[in-house]
Amino acid sequence: MVDTMNGTIEVRWHGRGGQGAKSASAILAEVLFEEGKHVQAFPEYGAERQGAPIRAYNRVSNSPIRRRCGVQNPDIVVVVDPTLVESANPSEGCADDAIYLVNTPEDAKILRKRMKLADSARLLAVDATRITLEELGQNKPNAPLLGALSHVFDDVPVESFANHFSKKMAKLSPKVLEANRRAMLRGREEAVIV
Amino acid sequence: MTSGNLAFAEAMRQINPDVVAAYPITPSTEIPMKFAEYVADGVVDTEYVAVESEHSAITACVGASVAGGRVMTASSANGVALMHEIFPIAASFRAPIVFGLVNRCLGAPVNIHCDHSDSMPERDSGWVQIYCEDAQEVYDTVLLAVRLAEHDDVLTPVFVCQDGFITSHCYEPVEFLPDDVVKEFVGERKSRYPLLDVDNPVSYGSFTMSEHYFEIKRTQIEGMNNVPRVYGGVMSELSGLTGREYPAVDCYRTDDADYVIVIMSSAAGVVKDVTDELRRGGVKAGCLRVRMFRPFPSEELKSALAGKKGVAILDRSASIGGTAPLAAEAKSALYSLRDHPPISEYIFGLGGRDFFPDDARRVFSDLASGENEGKVNYIGLLEDE
Repeated sequence: MVDTMNGTIEVRWHGRGGQGAKSASAILAEVLFEEGKHVQAFPEYGAERQGAPIRAYNRVSNSPIRRRCGVQNPDIVVVVDPTLVESANPSEGCADDAIYLVNTPEDAKILRKRMKLADSARLLAVDATRITLEELGQNKPNAPLLGALSHVFDDVPVESFANHFSKKMAKLSPKVLEANRRAMLRGREEAVIV
Repeated sequence: MTSGNLAFAEAMRQINPDVVAAYPITPSTEIPMKFAEYVADGVVDTEYVAVESEHSAITACVGASVAGGRVMTASSANGVALMHEIFPIAASFRAPIVFGLVNRCLGAPVNIHCDHSDSMPERDSGWVQIYCEDAQEVYDTVLLAVRLAEHDDVLTPVFVCQDGFITSHCYEPVEFLPDDVVKEFVGERKSRYPLLDVDNPVSYGSFTMSEHYFEIKRTQIEGMNNVPRVYGGVMSELSGLTGREYPAVDCYRTDDADYVIVIMSSAAGVVKDVTDELRRGGVKAGCLRVRMFRPFPSEELKSALAGKKGVAILDRSASIGGTAPLAAEAKSALYSLRDHPPISEYIFGLGGRDFFPDDARRVFSDLASGENEGKVNYIGLLEDE
């Protein structure tokens, strides 16, 4: 879906403090780094409170990345918390053909209309909260979102995401790791692309 | 993949200093935090001194350093300011402490983000100051700093500066050297006059009136004057191991440039990107990053900037009521050129205000029009919107 051969791909994450958007952006960077890309992952630091809106960023490129400013015109926007579709202005600074990945229980087509996306935009909708409630018994939407992102970075196999996640979280019990793995694969399977 | 802070902590683990005394403060907190973990896990045999303030931290460092130990610490912002009293004492004792300074603005108002208002007030404290652009440079510079600080011809403490959050908390690929290579590169500290050598007793911190104080300062100045020579040797030794070079000034496409932005630390990346972009459009742009601020590389600046059509000096701190630190140094260096280039000054990024490609484009276009020459300008203020 994205082409990292030409220039730098920029990602902006909208999440809430404590939800794991910062970790998810770090994991995405690590997976892509292991696939040979140049990467950055950095959060925007404000007052660190649980539940407060936060942003995190990635840059991905085939050549070394020098700029270190915040991302103003992201190619990809990930909305980790459904309530941020309204309040965080996810399309801010985006070109018409940006890619959006949204954690939402809503129908993808309805959401797309509500977000007033341009015709050339692409939207991936996945109910990551429900998936993790079912698989982990907790609202930790990272794993399904990363699974869904494997549609976007389609030169990286979903297994690279799944394996990295298990390696990174090696301290967790095998049962929890397996649940996360299922959540990630379900995120890929259940993402609706419109 | 690691961050600027964790790259610093990893270098510390490999160096395995004798003593670390620290009092954590944002955004440098992760350095003592990670290192304390190494101490607790027994992967280093450092004496870690948990203290009750930054003033005590640097005081303990000075004591341990003159006792003959290899000593490191880290701090930021008002923590650095609280240490201020002790910095000139460390330098005067010729205590070769290596200090991770993670740049954060000085309060008030309270703000955790980056500018250089914490390190710049320490520029006259007698310490070497090196400013890094990214996490890889932080790692490499820590190794260089140990050798530089402890060299007999230098014996001067070193600040290794990186931009708070922008560099300290950005995760990016960093290449580490193997432990044994680092161990061999830094070697053991051999103190010539350790306080704890009871067979050859020495005294530190004695009372000296006007009959000797000046001479002590003169020796410090000589130690600092030796830095470029010693640094050059140590750097080529390390670059033989890493393939990476870090001269005192990082000249990016300045050789044939008409217009040059002079800047420090992480913001140089954006200027280099914009330089390439403008070059594709036929504008001869260039970026000069000042990496070593103390001792200031005046000769390098002079030869890199002579004959340019326009030079913009961008400071990430202000000297309220006077000339900003980098502009003051750069202008002073260029003064001795018969025809110095037209100079414009800019203040940017205070309190973490971001510096974007558009900002760099605007400075280059100002340079071409000569519009802001000879005055002090501000980048990204709300009043300009």
